[in-house]
Amino acid sequence: MSKYYLFQDRKRCIGCYSCTIACKSNKNLLTGPKPVDIIPIGPTFIDGTPRAAFVLMPCFHCEDPWCVAVCPTGAVQKRTKDGIVFVDHALCIGCKSCMSACPWGAPQWNPETGKVVKCDYCKDRLDAGLKPACATICTTHCLQFGEANETPDVRRERYAREMVGL
Amino acid sequence: MEKEVYSLCFMCSSRCPIKVLVKDGQVKWIEGSPHVAGMEGSLCPRGAAGIALLYDSQRVQSPLIRDGERGSGKWRKAGWDEALDYVAEKLKAVIDQYGGHSVALGERAQLATPVSKTFMKAIQSPNHFTHESVCKGSLNTASRSLFGVSDAQIGIDYKNTKHIILYGRNIFETIEVKGVNGLMDAVERGAKITYIDPRVTVTATKAHRYWRIRPGADLALNYALIHVILKERLYDAEYVDRWVLGLAELQDFVRSFTPEWAEKETGIPSAEIVSLSREVSRDKPAVIFHFGWRASSHLNETYMRRSILILNALMGSVEAAGGLFFKKGPGEVGAKPARALTAQEFPRVDLPRFDQVGTPKFPLPDPGHGVAQMLPSAILNEDPYPLKGLIAFRYDPLFSIPDIRTTKKAFDKLDLIVTIDINYSETAWYSDVILPESTYLERLDCIQQANGLKPQMFLRQPAVTPRHNTREGAVILKEIAERIGTGAYFPYETMEELVRWQLEGTGFSLEDFAAKGFVTYTDRPIFWDRKDGIKFKTPSGKIEFASSLLENAGFESFPECEPVAPPPENQFRLTIGRCALHTHISTQNNPYLNERVSENVLWINTERAAALGIKNKDLVEISSNCGSGKIKAYVTDLIHPEAVFMLHGFGHQAALAARSFDKGLADGILQENVTDMVGGSPALQHSFVSVKRV
Repeated sequence: MSKYYLFQDRKRCIGCYSCTIACKSNKNLLTGPKPVDIIPIGPTFIDGTPRAAFVLMPCFHCEDPWCVAVCPTGAVQKRTKDGIVFVDHALCIGCKSCMSACPWGAPQWNPETGKVVKCDYCKDRLDAGLKPACATICTTHCLQFGEANETPDVRRERYAREMVGL
Repeated sequence: MEKEVYSLCFMCSSRCPIKVLVKDGQVKWIEGSPHVAGMEGSLCPRGAAGIALLYDSQRVQSPLIRDGERGSGKWRKAGWDEALDYVAEKLKAVIDQYGGHSVALGERAQLATPVSKTFMKAIQSPNHFTHESVCKGSLNTASRSLFGVSDAQIGIDYKNTKHIILYGRNIFETIEVKGVNGLMDAVERGAKITYIDPRVTVTATKAHRYWRIRPGADLALNYALIHVILKERLYDAEYVDRWVLGLAELQDFVRSFTPEWAEKETGIPSAEIVSLSREVSRDKPAVIFHFGWRASSHLNETYMRRSILILNALMGSVEAAGGLFFKKGPGEVGAKPARALTAQEFPRVDLPRFDQVGTPKFPLPDPGHGVAQMLPSAILNEDPYPLKGLIAFRYDPLFSIPDIRTTKKAFDKLDLIVTIDINYSETAWYSDVILPESTYLERLDCIQQANGLKPQMFLRQPAVTPRHNTREGAVILKEIAERIGTGAYFPYETMEELVRWQLEGTGFSLEDFAAKGFVTYTDRPIFWDRKDGIKFKTPSGKIEFASSLLENAGFESFPECEPVAPPPENQFRLTIGRCALHTHISTQNNPYLNERVSENVLWINTERAAALGIKNKDLVEISSNCGSGKIKAYVTDLIHPEAVFMLHGFGHQAALAARSFDKGLADGILQENVTDMVGGSPALQHSFVSVKRV
């Protein structure tokens, strides 16, 4: 796995898609590819109460990524220093092997370039000391980004608050 | 070369502070200003799509003069001098023949509004109007009737609230970033959300309590809540005794509006109405009955918005932490606001406005905004006099005034229609001339005087130079003024000169905005003393339940509450609303936003749809008394059986805005143009419609 962690606090997420648009904007993508996507589930009534969930679908930056394994040109790579899986566009020939290999649909087709584009945790921004585009702009700050040991504790904290009724 | 520019977003009207990263003259990245609490990088999806607006190949790129029938889409490109000369010549002809008052200027209320007002005063026309009436005119009137100030001068302290009640105020899909984050933080700390809407929205899915109310029954619900609160003495007695005028009258009035009565009107169980009343009273005064944004739904809108504000007053939440507060201006700290051009001396105008606001016929709406939806009838009937010229400035009256077909007929009677806009709005498409404005990322704008708990000033600063042959609206108006002989009222050549002129005497300079994009008059939030210091601007200095404003104009403070009419057999009440990805009519052609939501669909209740033989995704014809159109059906349990719902802002007919062209259906085709004659808003959810499978 990557040493980084993109956490989505679903209680705060309002499914507004600012993350997916910020991602496209930052990567200068036009219509089509959505390297970070939100899948809306619902709304539907659960025990008479309307509920919905908005599930973030970025790349999971697998330990041993199939997209890297199948890439015939070595364009899809895993960065040694932090485990980020990214596409070297100079090497990508647009064969779509990675797209068929990934169980999550993380690599996406970019019709503008005829190449594949995917979530790389905005490694250029990371290298400049910034957070990924999606986590920076998220309307409600429901996306939090960091190293694994910085994993936010919002769920535990929230549960604790509910227990003591505050 | 890289630089950071602090500015203000303008993808909607909230004006969120932003930080723009520019590299080699190109905007590379926009995020919420890190210097503003509640923003800290955040932006809504529309704000995130700002770069796509700037680099959109389908926005208006140079002045255009019509070269064919109106609306035919035949244009010829013109230079600025030619286009401005053309406008000035035609405008001068209209003014010379019919008088300055025969010209109307409508705009989306914005930072350049004082410039447009100045333009109109200089030609001696009283006919400046804004979009506010079709948004929230009745709320403005309701607020003045109770507090003596308009709703625009009241803020909401989301962050510290303990319970917020939202009446169709779909806060998580019509996003104002600071407010949403403030509320999210409050919910994290245990605050409750009650959401009331005939339709399930994202906000409903986040609420602790959701009431699927019958469409149009909010007023009945509120009278029952007030009934319980008064009967059980659940209100803030100390506050009400000190600040409220007319409690006894209210008490008499609501006596018959029991929860059991309201249950029949609203469909909400009476026990739940009682339970909410008790629950909020435990949290008072940190309670917000949200007065809404778009408050133009029904004919009783003024009284409906009054009932919400009255509930706040009963909770003692007006000027309380976690409730509502009055926005404080620089005067509170002995400082001066930015100068406005409108402070100059102008020739006197004695004629009534086109909408007759301020006359006995229509006494109460705010003359600072006017009543936009009166425009078609004023033109068609030449009442009170002929209107011959229209300037639309970043506003789309053709698409936002109900009954589009009639509006179009009225526009056909005009000698001149000029639009200043960045996009091909519907009005632009039907104009004689389009004068393209630079986008918010390309222009310096007038100072934003931001009153609030801390008075501040913000500045929209250009991140890049204009990509196309566009200019700032305030400069375009000045150029026209020069050509028609009223240039003396515009003491500037460039926006920088105008902003410097505005800042004179405030103690701040243009340079002070470079670091963060704003300046603050004080570091300390100003709350007035709840016991003795609240400055209500009503004649009595109190919250007027029994309102002198209403009664002096011949309206009752507590008129009879009419039962909510159910739709005629096989018909529905047409309801409308917004989604997170679009702002009104203005963003449908943005590449990113269009990709996510490209057309509207008609929400219809599953059982009602089954009875009409309508299945999900069927194309249906929807028709009302004034028009009809085709739209795809979305069959769902998530909407009340009496209502159908569609997103506002689709069905564009401007072909050069190709992504949004002819996608979905415009609600304005179906809405009848009827007005709440007390407050001034059109009743946008008044119309009944029939739906059938095509």
